[in-house]
Amino acid sequence: MRRAPTLRPSGAKRPNGAGNQTMPGLAVLSGWVRVKELSILLVTVAAGIYFSLTTSVGFNSVENYHTIAQYVAPWAIVAAGQVMLLICGEIDLSAGFVFTLSPFLLMVFYNNGAPLFVALLGALVLSAVIGTVNGLIRTVFNVPAFITTLGMAFLLQGLSLVISGGSPVSAPSTGWVVTWFGRGPWTEFVWALLIVAAMQVLLSTTRFGIYTQATGGNPIGAAESGIRTNRIKVINFALSSTLAGFAGILQGTRVGSYDPTNGGFNTMFFAVAAAVIGGTALFGGSGTVVGAFLGALLLGIVYDGFNLTGINASAFPVVLGLAILVAMLLNVYLSVLRSRLGSSRGES
Amino acid sequence: MNAEVNGVAEVIRAEHVSKRFGPVSALRDVNLSVRRGEILGLIGDNGAGKSTLIKILTGFHQPDSGQLYFEGEQVPLRSVTHARSLGIETVFQDLAMVNELPVYLNLHLNKELVYRPFPFLRRREMKRRAREALDSIGISIPSVSAQVGQLSGGQRQAIAVARSVYSDAKLLLLDEPLAAMGAKEGSLILRLLAQLKQRQDLAIILIAHNYSQIVDVCDRVNLLQHGEITFDKPSKDTSVAELLELVHAEYRLGG
Repeated sequence: MRRAPTLRPSGAKRPNGAGNQTMPGLAVLSGWVRVKELSILLVTVAAGIYFSLTTSVGFNSVENYHTIAQYVAPWAIVAAGQVMLLICGEIDLSAGFVFTLSPFLLMVFYNNGAPLFVALLGALVLSAVIGTVNGLIRTVFNVPAFITTLGMAFLLQGLSLVISGGSPVSAPSTGWVVTWFGRGPWTEFVWALLIVAAMQVLLSTTRFGIYTQATGGNPIGAAESGIRTNRIKVINFALSSTLAGFAGILQGTRVGSYDPTNGGFNTMFFAVAAAVIGGTALFGGSGTVVGAFLGALLLGIVYDGFNLTGINASAFPVVLGLAILVAMLLNVYLSVLRSRLGSSRGES
Repeated sequence: MNAEVNGVAEVIRAEHVSKRFGPVSALRDVNLSVRRGEILGLIGDNGAGKSTLIKILTGFHQPDSGQLYFEGEQVPLRSVTHARSLGIETVFQDLAMVNELPVYLNLHLNKELVYRPFPFLRRREMKRRAREALDSIGISIPSVSAQVGQLSGGQRQAIAVARSVYSDAKLLLLDEPLAAMGAKEGSLILRLLAQLKQRQDLAIILIAHNYSQIVDVCDRVNLLQHGEITFDKPSKDTSVAELLELVHAEYRLGG
């Protein structure tokens, strides 16, 4: 074998490299979480202040924070996967139905005698398989993700109804698995935070993250550089689907029942909305998981605030729609502004 | 073990290479070679097979038949990554730049430095090396952390060339690097090529439409017509007029 080109690190040097600089994750976060995330954070804080001032019943109580956390957690987890897909130029419309189906997959394993934790892992593996199938149909047969995952969405919806017989079943209610994966207070939200952190680190500090951005930013160029773009896409489909399945199990376990009408397009679109509000470009190339989390947080606060102030629940989608439009416009406007600034600087 | 031709090592040789895409015969029995320190100009009309040939030499396509020899040894180029690991670097027409990523990550695209065995990126070291690489070939940009999308066409082109050269390239393939460029930016690239030639350790294949540039900067010219190489001369023995005549002759004959 020939020696690798010099751009690679020189062999055995610095085996302890990860430790002797600042944590790569932290150093990079400051660089990556920039203007867009900061502006969405400000809007989120402003919404929080607004509702804490205008609601008569306590917005500022631990119980209410818990309620908001329960709204936010599933959206944030599903969004963490969608962001990766959106960045590499794809989308998964079936994520919401993986969310619906995965608890029933868990029950199939569980009812056939598998320990609960094993059943949980089994459901996650099957969720990953669903995502892999999405990714393979997308890449091998070159079917657009929109169509592929739309078909998969209905297929999974039907499957959930068939397996469940159309009615909810009660979730397992005892044991450490139940406590850790949903039933324990705040566990769902803590999982969301862990997942968001892990996915952000994956996106901004690893080669895989760079390849994901390159695949969405310039698919042909990435392939010409030797990046296996199809493989990157399939992995992200699998990742996104696994996260959606996990979110579905957490949610159902917390509530205490697995319901075939849970999840669906609603959950998926809230997750995509969270990603878009958080600054992810719909045509690939850029976005952050932290931004999507903030987007989900904003949606959760507004949703909760509307409930508390007694505003008609029907008005919520109006606000959601406006938020998406404003976020999109800001995205477009900001990037135009930035490229103008950049090019004028380049010329002078 | 290097094959020596006239005392100069041959970097790549293609023998009897053919490639079809469905009913279209893109390349027919192509023979081509370049030596270290040599710039080979490859010209030909649109659709003559220039890009296909480049993509075979860079591992992007595999030939249907024929052999490739890299530094005298027969190799099948299995993939772009494989070709790059041998030292074959390409500047594609579209530059293969990701606008959303900063300069230093584009310079290291698919060759990122990580804290082995961990998969985490060594951003600081990549920035340092990027700065060094750009300085060494005299390209000035505001910052290696600038997004590539914010740079001018010429700067992007220069970075694409810098990327290929910097990574220990032995063979550099340039697919119409001058096509989308103004005169000033074009001359920057030509100067860069002349500079690289001085190093005598690099073989270069240059595709261009501007024949006077080809005659100026290249040592030898090959003409591709309908997937076949029909002309191979040192550029000092030919002229822009002769090349134009050759390329346009077929149309006059065809009426």
